[in-house]
This record gives sequence, structure tokens and C-alpha cells, in this order.
Amino acid sequence: MIRLEKRPSPSRFWQGATPVLAVVLTMIAGGLMFAALGKNPFDAIRTIFWDPLFHPQFASYSRPQLLVKAAPLILIAIGLSLGFRAGIWNIGAEGQYIMGALLGAGVGLAFYPADLWFIFPLMVVAGAFGGWVWAMIPAILRTRFNTNEILVSLLMVYIAENILSSMSLGLLRNPEGGGFPGSRNLSQYPAASNPEMIAGTGMHWGVIAALMAVIAAYVLLQRHILGFHIKLAGQAPRAARYAGVNPTGLVLLCMGISGALAGLAGLFEVAGPAGRISIDFNVGYGFTAIIVAFLGRLNPIGILLAGLLMALTYIGGELAQFMLGLPAAAIQAFQGMLLFFLLAVDLLSNYRIRLGYKKEAI
Amino acid sequence: MKRRTLLATAALGLGLAFGGSASAQGMDKVKACFVYVGPIGDLGWTYQHHQGALELVETYGDKVEIAFQENVPEGADAERVLTQMALSGCNIIFTTSFGYMDPTNTVAAKFPDIKFEHATGYKREHPNVSTYNARFYEGRAIQGHIAGKMTKTNKIGYIGSFPIPEVVMGINSYYLHAKKVNPDVELSVVWAFTWFDPAKEADSAKALIDQGVDVIASHTDSTAPLAEAAKTNGAVIGFGQASDMADYKPSPRVSSIIDNWAPYYVKRVGQLLDGTYEQVDSWAGIPEGEVEIGEITDAVPADVKAEAEAMRDAIAAGTYHPFTGPINKQDGSVWLAEGAVAPDGDLLGMNFYVEGISGDIPK
Repeated sequence: MIRLEKRPSPSRFWQGATPVLAVVLTMIAGGLMFAALGKNPFDAIRTIFWDPLFHPQFASYSRPQLLVKAAPLILIAIGLSLGFRAGIWNIGAEGQYIMGALLGAGVGLAFYPADLWFIFPLMVVAGAFGGWVWAMIPAILRTRFNTNEILVSLLMVYIAENILSSMSLGLLRNPEGGGFPGSRNLSQYPAASNPEMIAGTGMHWGVIAALMAVIAAYVLLQRHILGFHIKLAGQAPRAARYAGVNPTGLVLLCMGISGALAGLAGLFEVAGPAGRISIDFNVGYGFTAIIVAFLGRLNPIGILLAGLLMALTYIGGELAQFMLGLPAAAIQAFQGMLLFFLLAVDLLSNYRIRLGYKKEAI
Repeated sequence: MKRRTLLATAALGLGLAFGGSASAQGMDKVKACFVYVGPIGDLGWTYQHHQGALELVETYGDKVEIAFQENVPEGADAERVLTQMALSGCNIIFTTSFGYMDPTNTVAAKFPDIKFEHATGYKREHPNVSTYNARFYEGRAIQGHIAGKMTKTNKIGYIGSFPIPEVVMGINSYYLHAKKVNPDVELSVVWAFTWFDPAKEADSAKALIDQGVDVIASHTDSTAPLAEAAKTNGAVIGFGQASDMADYKPSPRVSSIIDNWAPYYVKRVGQLLDGTYEQVDSWAGIPEGEVEIGEITDAVPADVKAEAEAMRDAIAAGTYHPFTGPINKQDGSVWLAEGAVAPDGDLLGMNFYVEGISGDIPK
């Protein structure tokens, strides 16, 4: 008989070991699935996890692409993790990401074709502001009218998507685009673009911002009274109140930070890799970042690694699709397994597995 | 091959200048790669492209290897997928959705020896980029005719994907031909803002049915609109889009537009093999067999079916153009005078409704 026994405190060993165990279990279960699909499981696993990093033909291109793909995920997830720790659930990062991109790109395009040094910095400010404003709506509705920020922030995503399509068809449409939707390409407008800084490295301002956010969040949570308040509010709300934490202020702050970071991610993406505003500019980074935040255990360093791992499964998954002819659905199932096993083995950090019957206390 | 480059380019004011570049030598083996916006099992747009890809293997056997990737978002991800494909040794890459236009051109600049073929776009910024499209509006004319004859509520519907000229063109053609046979007909357009999202497509169809629409044409990639129409016990009919969607025969699917990409793919890869490949801007339709009209079922009265088939044959023979004047724009101004035929350039940049359609194109 197997039973679970709650640990008095989470096991430090297992907290570190479970992500690794989850990856191993995913490889085994995924390998079985690939084998069932008639593919060599070792080839498939190698293509997903190894080739993007070390394949002689692809790696020089796909290694930097990992950073490009991971940067927005990390940037958004860091912001979200602060709120999640404090029990403030911002689910609408996707909308804040869109609004940041729209406002930032809008500011840049307003100056077109001027070539002034302050355009890009101004766009960065506008991008953060756009995301911040969009997050403030559910935040203020919660603090003022006690609405549920999960619902409101999620619904704001759909509003943002509609504004995005309206903007790409109207105000921001490229006047030289022959009537097609979508804005001018910012990568062809040097004063407003966020290019790769050193060719072949994938480094752009978004990557740097993501790394800075990781460091800042680490310091905040480890060394700053605010970080203590955030953690306390999540673990013991009433104790937090006695300790003088202002719940209203904390909601506004956490929502604001996560909104601003999501907005920044949107701005760096639109000015860099995506290049332009278009109807389907958003591809779900805001939602995937929620997974990244939990995958990284709401810990800044964990999020950095989780973001890179997610990016690896995306890029490796793409390689596996066209190199081995694996269906897209199998790759999605594989990514799903990773999350499933992570949550499942998470049990080990809080519980001990015991064999044999428990003796009843008399 | 019809070269309409000059016309299209002039009309769009892009001022692209290029010359066809012939690759003098043939190849022994070609790796042809395909980028798809949806899953190959969508039974619509992507399915048909994949059928074309499979036809390559049928035709050329060992001389052709195909590789493909499904569900590639139209944006920054497409650029990475294209680059990885180029690095993996593809000789020719077909990018099969409008939104791949910029990524295709960007990546093509970095790999001048690889041929890129972009479906439904208009940018050929490098000599190794060709574009190809099909004249779907020809099929829409036939659907419009059937819709005008078949509607009992005099309300017909159209599920638009994105308000780009290609879709607007289809809406106008559909409406004009419905109106011609039924002056009382009213058209409702719903914009789904997606190419492939069965849930959104079904919602769009529901919205149309709630408005009293009983004939639905769709410009999205899945069978969801037909599935929705099937729930009405024959009250609502529709058309197969991009693929035959024969599972919904004889009703609600009363006919279909089939995109037959195979002849184009076979021709282009063949040219690469024998060394006659050149940059092109291809826009073929019913006459060339690139657009096919799926069987018109018995749910349609025999006389209507005969008229629809006569129109198809007239288009195939080149004696009828679906956009023949007099046609006014929505605001009442004259677009085409009596007997005038729409120039391709007007069609490729079409951003207005014709007279009689209510509502605005989303801006």
C-alpha cells in the first residue's frame, strides 16, 4: 500500500529535483508517444532538446533564437509572479502585451519618418505605460468595487484584441500597404526599431530587459521589505494586514508592475522580431507566460530557466515537425506532458511517499 | 503562365522592379518545403495545399522530397520557421498564407539560392521570390447565383476572415451574382478575424443564422460553418470552402470551391528540376483548373444547377468575367461602366463594397 504523508515543511531537495524529474518523465512518456506514431523516439527527443542547441547546421541560428523566443515569456512571467505570490491573479497579460505594443508602435509611427534619438526611448516608456494602463483597469475595479481581477483582466484581453484589429485596419495601417491591414514595418524605420544588437546573437533590448527584470525581481524578493510584504500577503493575508501591508496599494502595485512589464514585452516584440502591428500580432505569450511563471515556481531564477525551456520545446518542436514529419498536435501534446508531469511530481516536495499501512493511533 | 506583374505592381503603387531570373541548370533532386497556417487535417485550405504537396511525390517519385510544418503563426515565428527550413536544405519553400508575406521576403534576402513561393501575396522584393494565387472570385460568382436563387428569407451571409482585397473581392462577387437573380436579396457579412478557428467560425455562422440568413458562404478554413448549418435540418445551406467538404453533401453543402494547387506545384517543381524555373506572379482560375467547382447537389433545383454550370463554363471559356460593368461602388460612384471588365489591378487592391451591400469594411 502506498500512501502520502505530508511533510512538515516542503523538501528543499525535491523542490530542486522535481523539474529535472519532470523533464525525464516527459522524455519517457513522449518517447512512447513518438514510438506509437512510428517515429524513432530517440531521434525525436534528440531533435527537440539537443539539435536546437548543438546541431551543426541549425544551432548557430537557433541558439540565439532561444533568447528571442524566451525574452517576452520571461519578462511577462516575472511581472506575473509578483502578483501570483501575493494572491493577485492577473490573467490578462496578453491584453497588456497588445496594448503596450500598440501604444509604443503608435508613438514611434507618429514621428515617421523623423530620425530623432529620443523616439525609441519614448516608445519604451509608451509601451510600459500602455500595459500599465490596461492592468490598472482591473486593478482599480478590484480595489474600488471588489470585482474579480481574474475575470476582468481576462475579458480585457478580448477588448485589446479588437482594438488591435481596428488599429491595424485603420489608424496604424500602412498608407503604402496597398489597402492591406497592418502597420509600417518598424524594422525598416531605424529610429523606432529594436534590432539585433550584435548580428547572430539574438540579443535585442527585450532580452536585456528580461535579464534586468530577473535580477530586479530577485533583489526585490530577497532583500526588500516590499518583497517580504508580497510574500506575506500571499501566505498569510491577515498577518500581512497586522504587519502594516496596505492591500489596496499592493494590488495596484503588483498589477501595475505586471502590466508594465507585459507592455514592455509587447513593445520590444513589435519593434523587433515581429516588426509590425498586424491583426494577429499576439501569439499567446501572455498566456504561455502564466505557465512559465508556475513552471519556474514563481522564483525569478526559476522563471529564467523555465522560459528558456519553453522556448527550447517550441523551437525543437518546430525542428521535429519538419525534420521528422511529426504532427504539430504531437508536439503540443509533448509540451502538455511537461507541464502535467511538473505539477504531478510537485507533490513530492510537499508529501513523503510511505509504503505500508499507517498504524492507527490509539 | 500569365504574367500580370506590371498591372498589379502599377495598381498597388509599389514600384517594384525586377526581372525574371532563370536558373540555367536543372537539378537531380528537389526538396520542396511547405509552411501551413493551419493543420493539414483542417479539410479546407491547408488540406488542399498539402494534397498539392503530396501530388509532387506522386508525380516525381524519388526526385522530390517534401517537408512541411503545420500551424505556423503569421508573424515573428514564421521567420524562424522559414530560416530553419532554409538551413535544413530545402530548395524551394512554399509559404501558403497571406500573413507570411514579409517573413518570406525577409528570409529570401538571406538565402538567394533558395526559391520562395508565397501564396496570395503581392511582394516580390527579391529575384528568388514568386507569388501565386487563384481567382476565387470566379467561384464566388457561381455561389452567389445559387444563393440568390435558393434563399427563402432573402437574406444571405458571408463569413469573412480578414478584410483584405482577396476577401472583399469574394464578397462583392458573391453579392453581385445573388442580386442579379434576386433583386430583394440582402447580404450580411460577419468578420471572424481568423483563418482557422472552428469555434469562432461556428459562432459567426450562428450569428448569421440568428439574423435569419439561410445561405452561408465562408472564407475561413474549417468545416465548422457547414456543421452549424447542418444543425438546422435543411433550413440553412452553405458551400464547401477551399476543399470539397463532401461529408456535408447533399445538404447543407450544395456546392463548393475547390482550390486545386497541385498543377501549380507540379509545374513549379518540374521547372526547378529541368532548369526552366523563373520568377513569376501567377493568378490562375477556373480556366486553368486551379479553381474547381465541386459537384452541385440535388438539393439545388435542376434549372438553377444548369444555370450555375453554364456560368462556370462561360468563365472557363473566357467569355464571361464576374466583374463586368455596369457596377457602382457602395457610395454610388461609378466603378465599371457598361460592358467594362475589371482590371486585375483594381481587384488586387479592392477595398470597397459594391452598391447595395450595407455595412462597412472594418477600418
